[in-house]
Amino acid sequence: MSKVVENVTCTFCGCLCDDIKVEIDDNRIISVHQVCSNGRGLFTEYDPTPRQPTVAGREVDWETAVKEAARILSEADSPLIYGLSSTAVEAQRKSVELADLLGAIIDTTSSVCHGPTGLAMQAVGEVSCTLGEVRNRADFLLFWGCNPAASHLRHFTRYSLMSKGILTPNGRRDRIAYVVDVRPTTSAKVADHFIQVKPDTDFEVLTSLRALVQGKEIENEDLGGVPIAQLRELAERMKSCRFGVAFMGMGLTMSRARNYNVRELFTLVAELNQYTRFSVIPMRGHGNVAGADQVLTWQSGYPYAVSFARGYPQYGPGEFTAVDVLAREEADAALIFASDPVAHFPGAASKQLERIPTIVLDPMTNLTERMADVVFPTTCYGLDAAGTSYRMDNVPIRLRPPLHAKRPTDEDVLIQIIEAIKQC
Amino acid sequence: MTESFTLITGRTREQADGLHKGKDSEAYRIATTLAEMSPEDMNRLAIKDGQIIRLKSAAHFVELPVRSGTLPPGMIFVPMGPVANALIGSETAGTGMPSFKGLKVEMELA
Repeated sequence: MSKVVENVTCTFCGCLCDDIKVEIDDNRIISVHQVCSNGRGLFTEYDPTPRQPTVAGREVDWETAVKEAARILSEADSPLIYGLSSTAVEAQRKSVELADLLGAIIDTTSSVCHGPTGLAMQAVGEVSCTLGEVRNRADFLLFWGCNPAASHLRHFTRYSLMSKGILTPNGRRDRIAYVVDVRPTTSAKVADHFIQVKPDTDFEVLTSLRALVQGKEIENEDLGGVPIAQLRELAERMKSCRFGVAFMGMGLTMSRARNYNVRELFTLVAELNQYTRFSVIPMRGHGNVAGADQVLTWQSGYPYAVSFARGYPQYGPGEFTAVDVLAREEADAALIFASDPVAHFPGAASKQLERIPTIVLDPMTNLTERMADVVFPTTCYGLDAAGTSYRMDNVPIRLRPPLHAKRPTDEDVLIQIIEAIKQC
Repeated sequence: MTESFTLITGRTREQADGLHKGKDSEAYRIATTLAEMSPEDMNRLAIKDGQIIRLKSAAHFVELPVRSGTLPPGMIFVPMGPVANALIGSETAGTGMPSFKGLKVEMELA
């Protein structure tokens, strides 16, 4: 007989919508409601049945797989631990302990999403707020280099553009929205104003915007393909709003100038607080990538790209980030969990994973698992395992799983590997 | 005929839907193996929807079908995934982040 479980959290993206309703029967999800089309498959396609781990493609018992993983990692000179994003903080914490024990390099998917945002934050700080404040207060929204209509589908309705709050009772009608992007995205279609910048000119446009906010004159008629009059109007609207929020994404972090783009936006937001209240929130992709930043920072002092090779944590974006470590062929073994680098890394980096012994922990099958030497099928936090995840605004959300676990969690497997390495 | 374009990669709803079905699924393969180009460029170069194009970067080349998309002239969009990543170099400018957006590529008909 089926039963309905309410207020389940969708862990697909950084919105962590925690109002999902699922209907379950015989420990399987048979229907799901209030979830967006990006997150729906997480629930409907998930198969929680037990699966055996594999070593070299053959099913083995858990003890054998743990021993083999421990052997690979303890024999490596420079092991890499990577991923940490589609999992819970409990497992993330254990992976840092494992990195410390091994003297390994540990990096998260932040390095190929908001790593440059972290660099900018360390340089100039970050004026931020929660999504609750956005919902209840924000009358001006700026989306720069992000496309929530494709990547965070309920962001507009739950937290930003359409949502109704205490000081925004009329929802959409109480807010002005700008989208800045290199192409007219689906998000641009629902904004009040769209500013199209030429690729790789965000830094120049943001610097000019800072000057205009400060009342300085700019002689150019346009910059980055944008008429200065349009930027001047944006500057005035930002200064005169009641509570403004900028959301930023990969359009800034993945293009030329990377962290310098973000630095200009974060500085602009800080400077706007001379005139009004203004905040910025990075649009985080994976469900708990924000938690990976949190855990690594509280455990090692740094958010990603950390090496324990010298017995203490060293920070090195560009040196200890996974793409660099793999492309330079420096890692001689890898443990990958809660991510799929073979699907998302440049070819040169993903090919190195095929050459070195690799261990994968994941609830679903993926492209990295296909070439891994040891594979541990684990639970999916939020569906059949409890845990804590951090939303994109760094608010921790306790996950309430609707299903019973029939496989070990990432945390369970990492604990077993740590114990086995200690006995090697 | 070879022409330079600016490559932008990124998430699409079809790519997200496909990855839940499995990254070895046909839905994921179709969602991540396509390019979009502006209607102006398609008309100017007499390229039809579904035609196979070859994109070349300093890292590699790929062949994939192209369709008309909402883009400015001079830009090509490919959804994030293994096909797009084959074109991306591993240089990260000391940040850890490759150039997933704004990469110069050469386009020619396959």
